[in-house]
Amino acid sequence: MARKLSFLLAINEAMHQEMARDESVIVLGEDIAGGAGGSAGNDEAWGGALGATQGLKTKYPNRVLDTPISESAFIGAAVGAAAAGMRPIAELMFVDFMGVCFDQIYNQAAKFRYMFGGNAVTPVVIRTMYGAGLRAASQHSQTLYPLFAHIPGLKVVIPSNPYDAKGLLIQAIRDNDPIVFFEHKALYELEGEVPEESYTIPFGEANIVREGSDVTIVAVGRMVQQSLIAAETLAAEGISVEIVDPRTISPLDEDTIYESVENTGRLVIVDEAHPRCSFASDVGALVAQNAFHALTAPIRMVTAPHSPVPFSPSLEDLFVPSPEKIAAAVRGVMNAKAGARR
Amino acid sequence: MTVTAELTQEQLLRGYRTMRTIREFEERLHIEIANAQIPGFVHLYAGEEAVAAGVCASLADTDWVSSTHRGHGHAIAKGCDVKGMMAEIYGRATGLCKGKGGSMHIADFRVGMLGANGIVGGGPPLVCGVGLASKVRGDGTVGVAFLGDGASNQGTFLESLNLSAIWKLPVVFVVENNGYGEATGQAYHQSVADTAKRADGFGLPGITVDGNDFFAVAEAAAEAIARARDGHGPTLLECKTTRFFGHFEGDTQTYRDLSEVTEARASRDCLVSFRARVTRAGLIDAGVLDAMDAEIRQLIDESVVEALAAPFPDASQLTTDVYIKY
Amino acid sequence: MSGEGAAAGPDAPAGLAKLVMPKWGLSMSEGRFIGWLVEEGTDVGLGDGLAEVETDKIDGVVEATSAGTLLRRLAQPGETIPVGAPIGVIGPGDADPAVVAAWAAELQASFIPGEDGDSGPKTETLTADGRRLRFLRVGGGDGTAAQTVVLLHGFGGDLGNWLFNQEPLSSSSRQVIALDLPGHGESSKELVTGDLDELAGAVGAFLDALGIAQAHLVGHSLGGAVAIRLALTRPGLIASLALIAPAGLGAEIDGEYIDGFVAAESRRDLKPLLERLFADPEIVTRRLVDDVLRMKRIDGVTEALTAIGAATFPAGRQAHVLTADLAAAAVPVLVVWGTADQIVPPAHAGAAPVRARVEVLEGAGHSPHMERASDVNRLLDAFLGTV
Repeated sequence: MARKLSFLLAINEAMHQEMARDESVIVLGEDIAGGAGGSAGNDEAWGGALGATQGLKTKYPNRVLDTPISESAFIGAAVGAAAAGMRPIAELMFVDFMGVCFDQIYNQAAKFRYMFGGNAVTPVVIRTMYGAGLRAASQHSQTLYPLFAHIPGLKVVIPSNPYDAKGLLIQAIRDNDPIVFFEHKALYELEGEVPEESYTIPFGEANIVREGSDVTIVAVGRMVQQSLIAAETLAAEGISVEIVDPRTISPLDEDTIYESVENTGRLVIVDEAHPRCSFASDVGALVAQNAFHALTAPIRMVTAPHSPVPFSPSLEDLFVPSPEKIAAAVRGVMNAKAGARR
Repeated sequence: MTVTAELTQEQLLRGYRTMRTIREFEERLHIEIANAQIPGFVHLYAGEEAVAAGVCASLADTDWVSSTHRGHGHAIAKGCDVKGMMAEIYGRATGLCKGKGGSMHIADFRVGMLGANGIVGGGPPLVCGVGLASKVRGDGTVGVAFLGDGASNQGTFLESLNLSAIWKLPVVFVVENNGYGEATGQAYHQSVADTAKRADGFGLPGITVDGNDFFAVAEAAAEAIARARDGHGPTLLECKTTRFFGHFEGDTQTYRDLSEVTEARASRDCLVSFRARVTRAGLIDAGVLDAMDAEIRQLIDESVVEALAAPFPDASQLTTDVYIKY
Repeated sequence: MSGEGAAAGPDAPAGLAKLVMPKWGLSMSEGRFIGWLVEEGTDVGLGDGLAEVETDKIDGVVEATSAGTLLRRLAQPGETIPVGAPIGVIGPGDADPAVVAAWAAELQASFIPGEDGDSGPKTETLTADGRRLRFLRVGGGDGTAAQTVVLLHGFGGDLGNWLFNQEPLSSSSRQVIALDLPGHGESSKELVTGDLDELAGAVGAFLDALGIAQAHLVGHSLGGAVAIRLALTRPGLIASLALIAPAGLGAEIDGEYIDGFVAAESRRDLKPLLERLFADPEIVTRRLVDDVLRMKRIDGVTEALTAIGAATFPAGRQAHVLTADLAAAAVPVLVVWGTADQIVPPAHAGAAPVRARVEVLEGAGHSPHMERASDVNRLLDAFLGTV
């Protein structure tokens, strides 16, 4: 039995191993160590808001930097350090905070290589938490990866399990383009097999999480886990679901999605983001353009509603696409026919 | 004249060459733009040359500068190839950025030019990163962020003052205070007369100098850069100067009395005062400067001719230098 | 493929034995029951194939773990069944049906699944000659086993390749050890040259580190060539050689497979290559491909495989033809080859020394120990019983 590790510790191990391997890797962010300047005199009191960076400060005191709550300055500093030859990992505690530093990401980091005629690389990784489910309300629960995937030059990575989290993060650190690495806060405790050695998972290579023949589900991040639960229910009903996890939505492994839809003829896309101009709508449009011939039923999207994330548990539970909603959408496409009214 | 004594003959000649090259470059662009040969937005640096030249006099190729939308001067002062710059501004394949950047995004990392920047206030955080890299590596390099008085109101700048101060980063923030954020006067857009005063609140030195005086800028910058290099942290250096042209080429400048410019050109032209000072002190012969002027004029002429003759980028370049095509 | 269950259950009435969902490999926690191959009431011998089971990794056949009559078929096609759960009852043909039924019901009612596949032996690591080697040890009772068998996987494989063989070959008097060769699995990836001598030397050092004075080697493909080389360089250490589709008996090899395997980065590239390993490409499941990809993604694996490939299979040929070595190594030799091998030509079996026992499996591909496990296990067991 291979070693099991939580999603959180898989991410932690990736950073530990890359810091040991490459001296140009630095880590910066708010309270990634925590405690500096406090009366306890403990310079590693937290190890990150949820502990993802634990142990790094003690081991690499000069390469791990707590920052003031000053996202523009430190995200920008990470970008500048990358331009100057470092491999910074900046932690944007919640992706909801992109609003106070987005310029440094989308106008600076994302554009250097192209705008400077290919004469610059910007190997920065921005790790950030996303997603609903922790009763954190509207400004700490959003799923904002579509906003980043829209920007050419950024790579957008959304691991769904501990194995992928470690391999994709190491790939991200070694990659020469700016990367936004999305970690769903409800996945941190998920355990899975994770090799102890360092390894990389290439970007733009979808994972077929489960093979099936009736319906293709395309999902990322936490929605992969929700879809797996739905697929079990559906299997008991005799519906065979294939789940494709693109792992990175930019670049996107379109071919694997098309191949799967060509095998199943039906597509359900599950996305925790809002429905307009989203990952789900993008995949739907791509399949409609490039694999229309294979469809035997309309494409369905299961997404969050077009509303902010609510606070009350009763409402938040309705906000997140549930296995029940996913299963219902799959049953819907099993019964639907192309050309029929919805 | 302690300053002049401290600057070597070579630094003086380089300073003059830089300022004259910038002036010729910008004056020529002003004409070429009127000829409708140049696409897009161009913001000219003429009048502010002493700032770029004075600061960069103490920088090596391994040091970094971040620049602004008004970036030609910084690029030239930091050592970017003038012909490559001209071709870039003309949008040609032979440009420094293969025609993909243009006037507002000229960069050359090989000489430490981190890029002109279309976002007002975009540079200071980047320079904090340059300083951080220097500090982690312990390689003694310094980063300089050029910004205007307009940008000095941006959160990015104020955040960068704090971050660089708490981390004691080897950086210098150079505010080129030309009195206008685009079309809005500093007296309106800023609560202090001297931007340098803002350093007080962040616990770093703030110095105000005459930005039209190469010697004043060079002296203050040399000290700030040495301070940074020696590990004593950041400095805010405010250089008061005058923009000879509008915010952008095509700006009718109805927001200012143009006597401001006439007066500045007549009495506060950095090239004029530099020449007077070095020739009067017998440091450089006027003939040497004249010869340099002619040489630079020739260089700019050639730059324009070559840029106009150069091809536009091939269509295939649309989706190269970015990781993905779509 | 043994179905010896770990979970304890109610005591068996005289003569009755349960058949359980087997555990194939380290990570199997459950299997999907495809169907029975024999009817109730059929007399079965030890090792006879009784049913087909599919896992997320590979499909296989459940073998009889006792001789007798298949009295009850408890598992139904389509069911997903945890490892160790009862799937049938074997016993004397004249057993009282009421007793059988009652015991079967009791077995099913009392079964408690193990901890998510955590049961069973665990891999270990040791350092030999400064190199970390991972291995899995099964059987051997108290550790003073009469016989030690070491399984050497092929190019790009790992100890998991023996999932259908290791446990069935083991017993209280025979310990069976599978290891990850250098550059593979979770063993060290650093290689000096990657040639046969280095790999054989590492296996020798491994045996020394474990204090094993004499071992029987079973080698597949590249592992076969490693075994031959070690038998020659360390006479006395190696007691016998069982070679499955081995490298080293001729110059030909599917160079496209070797180069393609090293270069493959995606499921799409790798799957068609892995299908060449088997006569039946259906064996190559998504999980099998994923497992190989996971191994290949580990830092240093590509470099290691490149080095081994360059040293042993340069330019689409085998660099080492070891027929003379094999003839000179004074140990018993078994050669097993599938007639449908697409990687190394089965004709190479003809180069085995005269004293060797050569067994040809009609229709089997390059990996008969996986796709024809029961046949290979029977051949190995018989061979090891005589040496």
